[in-house]
Amino acid sequence: MKFDQPAGTNPIDQLKVVGKAVDRIDGPLKTTGTAPYAYERHDVAPDQAYGYVVGSAIAKGSITRMDTADAKRAPGVVTVLTTLDVAKPLPNGPQNTATLFGGAAIQHYHQAIAIVVAETFEQARSAAALIRTEYTRTPGKYDLAKEEPHAPLKGGSSGEGSSAPPIDRVGDFAGAFAAAPVKVDQTYTTPDETHAMMEPHASIAAWSGDRLTVWTSNQMIAWSKRDLAKALSIPPEKLRVDSPFIGGGFGGKLFIRADVVLAALGAKAARRPVKVALSRPMMANNTTHRPATIQRVRLGANRDGRLTAIAHSSTSGNLPDGKPETAVSQTKLFYAAPNRETYLKLAVLDLPEGNAMRAPGEAPGLMVLEMAMDELAEALRMDPVELRVINDTQVDPEKPNHPFSERHYVECLRTGAERFGWSQRNPKPAQVRDGKWLVGMGVAGGFRNNQLTKSAARIRLERDGRLTVETDMTDIGTGTYTILAQTAAEMMGVRVQDVNVRLGDSDFPVSAGSGGQWGANNSTAGLYAACLKLREAIAQRLGFASPEVAFADGKVTAGSRSATLKDAAQAGPITGEDGFDPTDMGKRWQQSTFAAHFVEVGVNIYTGETRVRRMLAVCDAGRILNPKSARSQVIGAMTMGVGGALMEELAVDKRFGLFINHDLATYEVPVHADIPHQDVIFLDHPDDKSSPMKAKGVGELGLCGVGAAIANAIYNATGVRVRDYPITLDKHLEKLPQVA
Amino acid sequence: MKPFTYERAKTPAEAAAAVARTPGAKFIAGGTNLLDLMKLEIETPTHLVDIQDLKLDRIEPTSGGGLRIGAFATNTATASDPRVRRDYGVLTRAIVAGASGQLRNKATTAGNLLQRTRCPYFYDPNMPCNKRKPGSGCSALGGYSRQLGIVGTSDACIATYPGDMAQAMRVLDASVETVDPQGQTRSIPIGDFHRLWGDTPHIETNLRRGELITGVTLPRPLGGQHFYQKVRDRASYAYALVSVAAVIQPDGSGRFAVGGIAPKPWRVAAADAAMPQGAKAAAAALLAGARPTEDNRFKVPLVERTLAAVMAEAKAA
Repeated sequence: MKFDQPAGTNPIDQLKVVGKAVDRIDGPLKTTGTAPYAYERHDVAPDQAYGYVVGSAIAKGSITRMDTADAKRAPGVVTVLTTLDVAKPLPNGPQNTATLFGGAAIQHYHQAIAIVVAETFEQARSAAALIRTEYTRTPGKYDLAKEEPHAPLKGGSSGEGSSAPPIDRVGDFAGAFAAAPVKVDQTYTTPDETHAMMEPHASIAAWSGDRLTVWTSNQMIAWSKRDLAKALSIPPEKLRVDSPFIGGGFGGKLFIRADVVLAALGAKAARRPVKVALSRPMMANNTTHRPATIQRVRLGANRDGRLTAIAHSSTSGNLPDGKPETAVSQTKLFYAAPNRETYLKLAVLDLPEGNAMRAPGEAPGLMVLEMAMDELAEALRMDPVELRVINDTQVDPEKPNHPFSERHYVECLRTGAERFGWSQRNPKPAQVRDGKWLVGMGVAGGFRNNQLTKSAARIRLERDGRLTVETDMTDIGTGTYTILAQTAAEMMGVRVQDVNVRLGDSDFPVSAGSGGQWGANNSTAGLYAACLKLREAIAQRLGFASPEVAFADGKVTAGSRSATLKDAAQAGPITGEDGFDPTDMGKRWQQSTFAAHFVEVGVNIYTGETRVRRMLAVCDAGRILNPKSARSQVIGAMTMGVGGALMEELAVDKRFGLFINHDLATYEVPVHADIPHQDVIFLDHPDDKSSPMKAKGVGELGLCGVGAAIANAIYNATGVRVRDYPITLDKHLEKLPQVA
Repeated sequence: MKPFTYERAKTPAEAAAAVARTPGAKFIAGGTNLLDLMKLEIETPTHLVDIQDLKLDRIEPTSGGGLRIGAFATNTATASDPRVRRDYGVLTRAIVAGASGQLRNKATTAGNLLQRTRCPYFYDPNMPCNKRKPGSGCSALGGYSRQLGIVGTSDACIATYPGDMAQAMRVLDASVETVDPQGQTRSIPIGDFHRLWGDTPHIETNLRRGELITGVTLPRPLGGQHFYQKVRDRASYAYALVSVAAVIQPDGSGRFAVGGIAPKPWRVAAADAAMPQGAKAAAAALLAGARPTEDNRFKVPLVERTLAAVMAEAKAA
């Protein structure tokens, strides 16, 4: 279905099922522990052996020798395969740089260098420790701050759709900034972060002759199929990828990783199915991470608050041929100003591969831009909400004839201010005390693009009148199963419980997949298209020629004729298959989502500990398909924002070249006690340029800007501005006000 | 994890003898730390002697008016015991500030005293670490040391003892009761139980080979107000950056021990004596000779400020 003009009225607009807070249809499976996650799929292949992955002990250099004799002799060991057994590095997919396996060269710490396959997990792990590896170390670069001054300019794409040319100029930034009566010019840093999802990367692989099936945990089935076939040098049609349940990904599972490659190679060597999960300590360094940034923001404004000049630059690091963290993307689009300059620089670092993590680009970019806006508001003696309102734009500021499809950022700010009690905020910092707590409020804007992409689905009316949906779309904990069932139910006039949704199988039609908050809108639009096909086929089967065929209450009605869906399928199942093709709709309008985040924090005046007291997000993200699952996405993202603002940081050991805090005891993410109260408001502005669903993404929007709102609240509480994330107590402790 | 053999001992002396006669043997109680370390092959015992059948889980009064807490009493049982809550509030507060409910249900008195450091370099077998592999060097020195020690450390090791319970026991002047393979018992003042690292950071306590902890004795109650304030980057389920265990009397005198900064619960007599002069004087006495790193220099003011918070709370009550 070509989508080449704004959607008119369609069956989704009935909102009988779509738009309702339907419970997750996969909820009972998850709450009873029966959802089949990759590592527990004991039933899919007989005689599974266990693989254990060994990681490199050095960050850069090469392997000179590997002695596997003891490991091979260890109890229960079936086979041992080392990276030296594979002549050269396996070819990577287009979005990746780090070697997954093969060859003697070591590019980063914990690069996979061997797999031990044994009868039990414990035997495999124990034997893995018996492999002796000798290395030649090569000096590496691990210190972003040291590389930053001479890092070259670089354009880039986030892998999730955000992109930036090397240097982007509009008007005369330098002149306007010099002339601006009020200015901010500051440098900020954000750290490396790891996805830290609950389920580690895990896969089972089984060969049948030259055909391979992998049961894995992955967000993008078609990408996985493409990249795994390439890595293994097998034709894609010989490969099946299946990933119906995923215990979190956050971008860490957009791509294949060592688990699935080594499960496949291990299974081939062992001549039986092999299952592999990466151990928790390997996840930080073996897989991808969100790269650290050093960012500079310069804002120039007139005394009335209108921005005249905006510049934002960001430097990140990556392996050679890697991509930059596109932290300036949102700055091109968020606020009006006639004179603008944005650019990225990219240093070569020998740390593990930097790549997408939830809202790549915008997440660290807004942590910085929205702190700078707070600093500007203070310099102007202006309310930070008003500053944002006055600089709103309804068009792409770089291309004034390119309007936003829908943009209700000002309404987000106004609604949030009202609901949160923003007027109670004392604009003078460090004035509000509650016992030992310094109390502050902060606001920040959220922005993330709405990306349109092709997505296909198949829907089948079964003989019993039930519907089966099949698409390679994934549910990474987001609620995809449920919104697809709602879409089918709305389109076909049935109840949600009459729809069976099957996901994550590469034999199904290729969908958008889950990433870049593009999953919900595109995958439901693809199913919408398939449903239109099915409606036609059903009408035809019933001989209902009228164009006015209605599907409601399990019945098909045309004029005076009516039949049940079950009747329609009496002669056999009927299938509709089609896809959503957004043509150039995403280019004709600037399609984005918006939020305003409000946060109240307490900072312990003695210890400097920050504890969030309450949070509110107001989101403008088109039609909300399911307010319950959407809310869960946003509160989860807000929680991740608390982590980013207050505690998350991969600590770089600049001598050995690794992230040393590579477990969940030392890489802290928020726990329940950190999250006392969260509130989410969705504005109701369906976007007819986005798809027939009129929906947009929301899963990343909830994270965008949260960190800055917290940082700004801390400043309001303490009067101490910390520009280096995470804002841990040591960074402001000795500057806190005197205890009265 | 290396393969190991396992037995359940019938008496404390038998358990001690079993460990003494088997090279590479260790006791196991709750296993909340040992099993994690075995999976990483940081601990590689060849034989485990389980103490769960030794009836060491009791909490009972002593003839001296104190309380004896069995080696196998769980953290949950100890923290919720009405006598502990009433007379030794600092201990309840310290225990519930640590770990999670699930872990406290398994963790025991003896195991908690023997909890090993959480230095990230100790946990990564590829990194040099004098504690894990004597003589290999200390990666934390010159590395990432934000969480690590500032006082009582050495050039060989800057790790900390990470627990909460022992900080309270140190303030209470508890004694660690043991039995040796010959059935001889002894009582070790808790201040003498953990060792400073010196040149041998792999030796962490003054227990002898095969010596089994049977319990911890608390002297008669001290009265006063009891505090345990734990400072950390998140609100729960994190090791202390700094923690202060304190008992403060109405006249402002008192005693305090600090966690998160040293190889052992850190208590200094001169610092106790300085408490009436305020947090600044007491913290200065406590941290005399401190040698922080660039990463953890903030712990010096943090100790003083946390102590000040506790003292202010005592005054306000």
